[in-house]
Amino acid sequence: MAVAIDRAQLEAVALNEQEYRAIVRAIGRDPNDLEVGMFGALWSEHCGYKTSKALLRQLPTEGPHVLQGPGENAGAVDIGDGLAVVFKIESHNHPSAIEPYQGAATGVGGILRDVFAMGARPIALLDALRFGPLDSGRGRHLFAGVVGGIGGYGNCFGCPTVGGELYFDEGYADNPVVNAMCVGLVRHDRLRRASADRAGDVVLLVGADTGRDGIHGATFASVEMNERSAERRPAVQVGNPFLEKLLCEACLRLNELEGVTAIQDLGAAGLTSAASELAHRGRRGIDIDIDRVSRREQGMSAYDVMLSESQERMLIVVRPDAEASAREVFDHFELHADRIGTITGTGRMRVRERGALVADLPLKALIDGVPLRTPTATFAEQRPAPVMPAIEEPEAILLDLIASPNLRSRRPIYRTYDHQVQDNTVIGPGFDAALLRVPGTNKGLALTTDGNPRYVALDPYEGTQAAVAEAARNIVCTGARPIAVTNCLNFGNPERPLIFGQLQESVRGLADACRALELPIVSGNVSLYNETSERNIPPTPVVGMVGLLDDLSLRCPAGFQEDGDIVFLLGETREELAGSEYWRLLGAPLEGRPPTVSFEAERRLQAAMLDSIGRGVLRCAHDVSDGGLLIALAESALYGGRGLRCPGIVGPVSREAAYFGESQGRIVVSVAPRRVPELQKLMTTHHVPLQTIGVVGGDDLHVGSDIRISLEILRQAWETAF
Amino acid sequence: MVFPGTWSDRDCAHAVLDVLREPVRFVDHREQTVDGLDLVILPGGFSYGDYLRCGAIARFAPVMEAVTDFANRGGLVLGICNGFQILQEARLLPGALLRNASCEFRCEWVHLRVEQSNSAFTLDCRPGQVLRIPISHGEGNFFADAETLDALERNGQVVFRYCAADGRVSEASNPNGSLRNIAGISNTHGNVVGLMPHPERACEPLLGSEDGLVLFRSAIHALTRVAV
Repeated sequence: MAVAIDRAQLEAVALNEQEYRAIVRAIGRDPNDLEVGMFGALWSEHCGYKTSKALLRQLPTEGPHVLQGPGENAGAVDIGDGLAVVFKIESHNHPSAIEPYQGAATGVGGILRDVFAMGARPIALLDALRFGPLDSGRGRHLFAGVVGGIGGYGNCFGCPTVGGELYFDEGYADNPVVNAMCVGLVRHDRLRRASADRAGDVVLLVGADTGRDGIHGATFASVEMNERSAERRPAVQVGNPFLEKLLCEACLRLNELEGVTAIQDLGAAGLTSAASELAHRGRRGIDIDIDRVSRREQGMSAYDVMLSESQERMLIVVRPDAEASAREVFDHFELHADRIGTITGTGRMRVRERGALVADLPLKALIDGVPLRTPTATFAEQRPAPVMPAIEEPEAILLDLIASPNLRSRRPIYRTYDHQVQDNTVIGPGFDAALLRVPGTNKGLALTTDGNPRYVALDPYEGTQAAVAEAARNIVCTGARPIAVTNCLNFGNPERPLIFGQLQESVRGLADACRALELPIVSGNVSLYNETSERNIPPTPVVGMVGLLDDLSLRCPAGFQEDGDIVFLLGETREELAGSEYWRLLGAPLEGRPPTVSFEAERRLQAAMLDSIGRGVLRCAHDVSDGGLLIALAESALYGGRGLRCPGIVGPVSREAAYFGESQGRIVVSVAPRRVPELQKLMTTHHVPLQTIGVVGGDDLHVGSDIRISLEILRQAWETAF
Repeated sequence: MVFPGTWSDRDCAHAVLDVLREPVRFVDHREQTVDGLDLVILPGGFSYGDYLRCGAIARFAPVMEAVTDFANRGGLVLGICNGFQILQEARLLPGALLRNASCEFRCEWVHLRVEQSNSAFTLDCRPGQVLRIPISHGEGNFFADAETLDALERNGQVVFRYCAADGRVSEASNPNGSLRNIAGISNTHGNVVGLMPHPERACEPLLGSEDGLVLFRSAIHALTRVAV
């Protein structure tokens, strides 16, 4: 069959000939230009998940407390008291590479809308960021722009940014990773699904007028970038957080009304995606009268309107008799609403312009019809770890490490984010996990994002498992019990076998780790083609996790609390240095086997922690992660403003591994002297190894004859500016 | 007072209603009257997105006429952060709030020295008392001409100054470049107070401090005194 469309037009929407033929088969004719554009957007990697869908099926998505798994705007989990926590993480990498401020800002805007579309009030934001080194102009431009955009949007909107993480690595110099996670709360009976299941319902488009910004954004996020990508700047949207705040308040009020069938945000692929998804979820059809869409400029074609990604827009589906009361809500917030269409029983999306039918497509083909791609996977061979010289000056190494960009204090960044608005922030940014009060209860939600890109680069399976384990450990350190996961898979071009191999192994690791810890994955997002001129980002799965603490008075801080407290290391240290920040500092090649997770030991450790914190035995707890044990001890000392006297750290491993190795499954804790026997007994019961480290007190970090640094010097190094 | 883009309204209500058990009413920016209220709070946020100049649009909201009358009749008015900016735009308080000297938004804990215990919102404070309360703003750099500054000092209208934990006022304890470390001021009668820090975020030990309560308690105290 000849293809009745030229190659350039297909390329513009990132479809191949085989996919074009599938469209012709599905609709029984050649599609017109608008229809090709609509298919291109929905069959893009970003919307259609054509490369990752088959892999994602192995993820565990169910659990006794899951109220909503993947497939909606966001996932939802029961937290008791009739409340649900709603959350999701999403990428905005491609736009941020081109226009960092607006790219990051609209990433935050998009994830906020996903959460309030579910009827939930957004209560927290987190951001996982990866950049190239800051020694180049472009590196600085991207970093400053992204951080500015996140703050600019979140601060104005009024949702606290309470956590996240930040890594620098040469591999992100071209393509930064910008992932935003939003967490919201809603009563069970008001949890909303964006499903239009009643023919005759009215479709309202609310919020911003539609402009030409962001056309082909979904497509743009689904192809590799090159030196001409900057020309795609018009594909980056511009955010208006003030309008989003009004839209949020209106949607939450609307959510309390009778007769509102569905609320859906307009994100990637704009009106095309939002309208078709909500009609298809309800097994119905939708008619759209494009002339009714308010526009920012004249001369916009149906194509422009259907594919615009203008921000701060929502689709609201209401029963005809509820339209007036919905309009009262919009009027109150001085929002503009257009009645742009109706839900039908046809199973098709029909678009009319000046009375003429300009698109008529079966929803099933649009949403579910994308032919899945099964690229070839190959796997990099693991090279042996390099041989590195023995450590000579541990004190200087510790100071250099704690001042290095990946380990130094993040305060210069998070103090530009409002992390307190809404009056729920009990533990703010800068620690293992943030802890928020659930308003009106004595419960807490612990929130974190994790993903060490160096481990994943060394071994995508093990590295992704480590990300899940570390996230859970971070949650447990606050005293909370991990309850569910969201994830964002950021990878390079999957058409390259090595990249697809990374993705495949990473997803397998994610699935296995979540099963091992009995954690359901309730939402997520995939960002592929993070490639510029054949340079691909390191494989970057990011795990977002939520934990529940039943009694906030039992929370556990991360800093040393009282002089005289005894410090212990829980867990086992092994000879694991590959992938460590220490080796990076020494300039070692990234080779060898990363630290591996024993889930049996991990489960025991986490159970022991929850048991100890629940009994009030621990004074503080801090996860040992990037930088290793000495960095963890230094951080607990700096958090608490108290020193540590440690006679020396001995063990079965080398001094390097003991000080700076990043073995998983370890936590530093402190306890009051009189409770030491209780801790020892608990650890014996749970079969968790316990090693005495030292005593809290003094103004120094003092480790045997190797290290004696005043907290002030340590703090100066730690607070090195970016 | 709730303007489009206000977000500390719920936090203020939490402090007054949930913590202090005093009744709260949310007043829409289009309302024409504040009759029946004892205390008006203009909370923080980004009214109208702060797109033109912080507070510059909100001050034209219909309710601001009623707030101005209320203030002129001696009613108690507290402007927090964006609310302080609105009070200045409405000429209920002097001076202006410029962009932070760092040119960055800053959200962090600061210490405030209470300079005046005569204002309605500091009646229960000792002069020199140090409060630990967070800031969260991009434009809180207090500015006024020398003459106004001197008048503020002379009339005892400087209510709060940024200081160190021990109460010492220095450049190092100034988070935003405010002239003379001024964090909050009152009108000449002391019934209208504006400050950049957020006392409503410091009303519970769980959230790190309850030093902010004293502002609300002082106001309640002031109202009871008037009633007697």
